[in-house]
Amino acid sequence: MTDNTWQSYTRRIEELAARSGLKFHPVDFEAVPDTFMMEIAVYGLPVRMPHWSFGVRYIYQLIQRHMGHSRLFEVVFPGNPGHAYLASSNGLAENILVTAHVLGHADFSRNNLLFQRCQEQVSEHIVEHAANHARQIQQAIETHGLQRVEAVLDAALALEQHIDVDQSLRRTRYPEYVEDKKSLEEDGFRKRFAQLDPAAASTGVEHKKRAPIPPHSERDLLWFVAQYAPEMESWERDIFLAVREESFYFYPVFATQIMNEGWASYWHARLLREAEFVPQQAYLDAIKCHSDVVRPVAADQQVALSINPYHLGFAMWEKIVEKEGLEAARNIMIQDDDFAFVRNHLTRELAEELNLFRYSARNDGQIKVLEPDLTALHEAVLGPKYNFGAPTVSAKHVRNDGTLELVHDYTLDARGLDLERSRKVLDYLQRVWRRPVQLTTTNQAGLALELTAP
Amino acid sequence: MAPNSESGGGQPGGDAAKWYELFSRGARDWLRHDEKVRESVRQHLPQIVAGGELINGGSRTVRVPIRMLEHYHFRLRRPEEQQGAGQGKVKPGDVLADPSRQRGPGEKGPGGQDEGEVQLLLEFKIDDIVDWLWEEMQLPNLKARVGPSEDSEWVREGWDRRGARSRLDRRRSFKELVKRRGAPGATPTFTDEDLRFRQLARRRQPAIHAVAFFLLDVSGSMSDRDRKLAKTFFFWVVQGLRREYRSLETVFVAHTTEAWEFTEAEFFQVSGTGGTVASTGFAKVQEIIDERYNPNRCNIYLFYASDGDNSVSDAADAREGLSAIAEDACFTGYVEVSSGLSRQLATETGRLFADLSAAGCAAGSYALNDFDDVWGAVRHFFSAEGRAEEAASP
Repeated sequence: MTDNTWQSYTRRIEELAARSGLKFHPVDFEAVPDTFMMEIAVYGLPVRMPHWSFGVRYIYQLIQRHMGHSRLFEVVFPGNPGHAYLASSNGLAENILVTAHVLGHADFSRNNLLFQRCQEQVSEHIVEHAANHARQIQQAIETHGLQRVEAVLDAALALEQHIDVDQSLRRTRYPEYVEDKKSLEEDGFRKRFAQLDPAAASTGVEHKKRAPIPPHSERDLLWFVAQYAPEMESWERDIFLAVREESFYFYPVFATQIMNEGWASYWHARLLREAEFVPQQAYLDAIKCHSDVVRPVAADQQVALSINPYHLGFAMWEKIVEKEGLEAARNIMIQDDDFAFVRNHLTRELAEELNLFRYSARNDGQIKVLEPDLTALHEAVLGPKYNFGAPTVSAKHVRNDGTLELVHDYTLDARGLDLERSRKVLDYLQRVWRRPVQLTTTNQAGLALELTAP
Repeated sequence: MAPNSESGGGQPGGDAAKWYELFSRGARDWLRHDEKVRESVRQHLPQIVAGGELINGGSRTVRVPIRMLEHYHFRLRRPEEQQGAGQGKVKPGDVLADPSRQRGPGEKGPGGQDEGEVQLLLEFKIDDIVDWLWEEMQLPNLKARVGPSEDSEWVREGWDRRGARSRLDRRRSFKELVKRRGAPGATPTFTDEDLRFRQLARRRQPAIHAVAFFLLDVSGSMSDRDRKLAKTFFFWVVQGLRREYRSLETVFVAHTTEAWEFTEAEFFQVSGTGGTVASTGFAKVQEIIDERYNPNRCNIYLFYASDGDNSVSDAADAREGLSAIAEDACFTGYVEVSSGLSRQLATETGRLFADLSAAGCAAGSYALNDFDDVWGAVRHFFSAEGRAEEAASP
């Protein structure tokens, strides 16, 4: 059985990786059918809450697979131990390559600071947590009915990118009262007054002021709604917090994709080169598989309008290791995320070497290649990654009647929101907030615009 | 296998090793998506079904092309011009082809962001749709007026050990054989004991015939949209009547200052010019009734769609003609399709039907301005007809 064969290599690859300086938690490897691989890719986690939107992604994934576009070799989940799922259709060579690749990821997720920070929050057992959430939600469906649970999930998953990873996963509510600074200040009058009648002076000043909610604009919408929605039930808040926890897990994966995939690709290539125990034929097959993965453009195309993160990351790490040595590369891997990585290490020479270019696409379909400009190229690569890939929408105020005011910072995003979609999101949100919800953004002409639900 | 491999499964109750081979979450959520699509289609049926030759068309299903539902997130508006990063050997100033546009001319919008356009083709049984509607709108089921002139039919009913060779039920007989022998191991040999024959029983059934007359004003003042509205309405009326009558005939009559009978296919293509003389239409309907349908044997329905303008000099004739039909018919209905002008039945023809209804005949009117009104109209007529029926039967 191929299964046993690749398993017999796993140990040796792990030893080789450890000797090469990779530091990783143990990884459980499991070969699973392609259908299950596909589901893991769709849900992002092996067991995750049910929602119809995953069904939509599932259909797209099925179509893609049908057209032969995407083939998944592995999915790996960080943790201690980590979990790696390998497609059972992988051949021996593919599995050797994938094992090395997985160890690269395991090294990355254990040592990268952003990963560490988020993992401290969500613990090293996200796979189990997500399965628990799924079970919890399944129970909620049984108790409260599909319609109600779905309404909550519609809202929570629509806001899944709107978290604040700089805050703690278990953050506490805002202080309820503002400190009344004036009462603390001892001015001349109060001193003299106190001397006249100490009893009267100590009584009158003890009045506290209720703090506004939120005290500052709040971009962690999932948390804010879970904490401050006027009439949400506790099981509904739990669902919001479950989605938020999963988002905390997804964030570092999203924000270090280029580095992480590049790092894993760098290491699978390197470990494979150094693994003398791999038979010649398997090595050749694996190398071919490697070059398919880190290929810059699809086979039938000359030019790609997007950049393959595997390819870009791989090329960047090779360059860094070549120029600055492995130790420096490890430090970069530990400290950076994609923003720092691309800005600091995607150099002009490398961009030219890789034929990276910047283009502008007009609405009528015309696509034009622009003059080279390194900083602008960095921004074009990083543009879709800001703020978890979502517009900057924050909660600004809750009125006395419970109306929630949301504000979109359109100066930061340089343009307004898609109104049709935003209205729908407000509709979702209004169903759990149970009071009117209002959103300020800007229209085509750049004028402020208010959307409300209902 | 790694020792700890099933901890990721997380399914309750232990042996989680291969649960994913038995259950697909993706398929479950996909089904839920389709269910939601069906729900939303249900809410927009009148518009969806408005097109196409549906009334007497052979197929009893409607195919509805739908986009996949989108789960909405906050997104930035599509800019006029968008920058991106790509890879390949190009020079500044080169103009590139958008690969997402090469798929075909029908494709809309660049594919990259919108996840491509996938259309589902959902098939709905018209009977199902009608059932949903009747349930949802709580419409009464119509009752036939004309007493049963009996018709008999043979219906299958049960099995017997004796019977004609041609009625031998092989499957059933084989089951008996298996029952007797226990296991189907060696070559089975049937005995007479095993044989089962289908039995037929004579079942009496009321012979219910109905005919629905659809009279349409096609004078110059009726726009294309008006006719389409009327057509949509007629379609649902036919569906409603079909629930009750197993054999429903339809007759299509159009009129301007004259009246003609048409086939369904032609009927909705007809457009005339000139004035409106409603009495010609009524006369034509009456003529067809006299010729082909005996009011004592047949349930007659008349639905008239017009924009309400009838020639003034025709008032008396129209009243007379309509009253004559109303005497024979189970129900006469009038829809006023005056898109744009909502005069709410304050027209020549509107008054005609109002008077008829006031005189105690089974008649109803409804103003149809928009496709959204079609349901209202259907509901109105069927509940009006239901009431009239209750009043009629003691």
